[in-house]
Amino acid sequence: MAQRRVAITGLGVISALGRDRHEFWQALRQGRSGIAAIEGADRTQLRFANGAEVRNYNSLDHFPQKEADLLDRFAQFAVIPAREAIAASGLEWTPERRRRTAIVTGCCVGGQATEDAGFVDLYRDRRGRVHPLTIPRIMANAGASYLSMEFGVTGPVYTVSTACSSANHAIGQAFWMVREGIVDLALTGGSEAIFSLGFLKAWEAMRVVAPDTCRPFSRDRKGLILGEGGAMLVLEPLEAARARGAKIFGELAGFGMSSDAHHITQPSVDGPASAMRLALEDAALDAEQVGYINAHGTGTPANDPTETAAIRAVFGAHAAKLGVSSTKSMHGHALGAAGAIEAVATTLALAEGVLPPTANYLGLDPQCDLDVIPNTARERRVEYALSNSFAFGGLNAVLAFRAWN
Amino acid sequence: MSDDLIQRVISCIASTQHIPAEKITIDSTFEELGIDSLDGINILFALENEFNLNIPDDAARTIRNVRQMIEGIEKLLEAGSVSSGAVA
Repeated sequence: MAQRRVAITGLGVISALGRDRHEFWQALRQGRSGIAAIEGADRTQLRFANGAEVRNYNSLDHFPQKEADLLDRFAQFAVIPAREAIAASGLEWTPERRRRTAIVTGCCVGGQATEDAGFVDLYRDRRGRVHPLTIPRIMANAGASYLSMEFGVTGPVYTVSTACSSANHAIGQAFWMVREGIVDLALTGGSEAIFSLGFLKAWEAMRVVAPDTCRPFSRDRKGLILGEGGAMLVLEPLEAARARGAKIFGELAGFGMSSDAHHITQPSVDGPASAMRLALEDAALDAEQVGYINAHGTGTPANDPTETAAIRAVFGAHAAKLGVSSTKSMHGHALGAAGAIEAVATTLALAEGVLPPTANYLGLDPQCDLDVIPNTARERRVEYALSNSFAFGGLNAVLAFRAWN
Repeated sequence: MSDDLIQRVISCIASTQHIPAEKITIDSTFEELGIDSLDGINILFALENEFNLNIPDDAARTIRNVRQMIEGIEKLLEAGSVSSGAVA
């Protein structure tokens, strides 16, 4: 049996760049960054001041009070874009479809705000008890489980946690399940909400967060900027999508993953290069067919030269013809949601024929000498793109996308 | 069973469940109020904070209505006033 092609028929996103895919795309197109002074935690206790938060968020705009109480912010950020993606897909649920649907989400750290609040009660305020919803709120699968209940999905539902690669691993798994006929539909992506003091202090101690802003691949870059949000995709076999007359945003064409087996935080060249090669192979692509890479591009001193070297190792002379940008310069690094947010960015870039820029770029770093689409989006039709995610722990996951015309 | 105690317990249930206190009577069952097991532990948490006491698991497990809840709290408060009492 020939492999099924997999269409993306639904997209949703909530991030520092807005509440839906339309606001998100407008910001990316304009090269507008959502990075600003942190409001979700007491920044006077931090060495860094800026983050990419979802602003003016009121959970009661999206959930009744009791549901809002049950769901940590990170789980809410799984549900809101999933609703958007399902609505965009125009799907109608039947018992058979619910049984044949998977939900796979990525999440790095679960309900940090809830956990932090519990520790404040316990250790600082000596209250002797923590809130009884602490466990269901912090579990990393809370969003996936809630989605299964919201949509009545009874097929495989689970959450993948591989730090900054979580969402790409999740989307890759869902993609393979749809392609191989294990399920007929998948709702997949990731979500994260990390603006609680305890977790931010842990990042501060790692000394990788920029004091100013995120400037991937740029000279004078000083580190990453943490972000939050969520994004979801609806995946289904291309033929099924066409048969029901669905709007097709793009195709998911391949997935590759690898492990550095090297160092818990230091990135390597070989691991990411291997994941990119495997994604190309899985999509049956030649490197020369790729026109755009949505880079992992964290803006740390360590990641960006290593990723540049990995891209050069895979693409050789063709690397000079690639557009490579890091949209983290605008929506921040949303950890376990990053790959999902960037999957939406990549899909829309191919669909719109516009490559989003690397914002906040100041000038060339000779170690990062790719065409990083500095500061201004570029009108360019590209058929194939990769989206990279490389995690602490040396876990690499790369998705390959194809434009749908 | 004092009116004050009844009102405080009902108020805890109302605020935890996000329902008006007027809908709750001493004879309401949890089933009538739509209180499931997860709601139950939320209400116990609110009551522990309100009355500054610890409600043991085995005492909590058998409670099915508002009256039992108030009686249980009353018993714990009496026991607390005799022994060293509630743990903050």
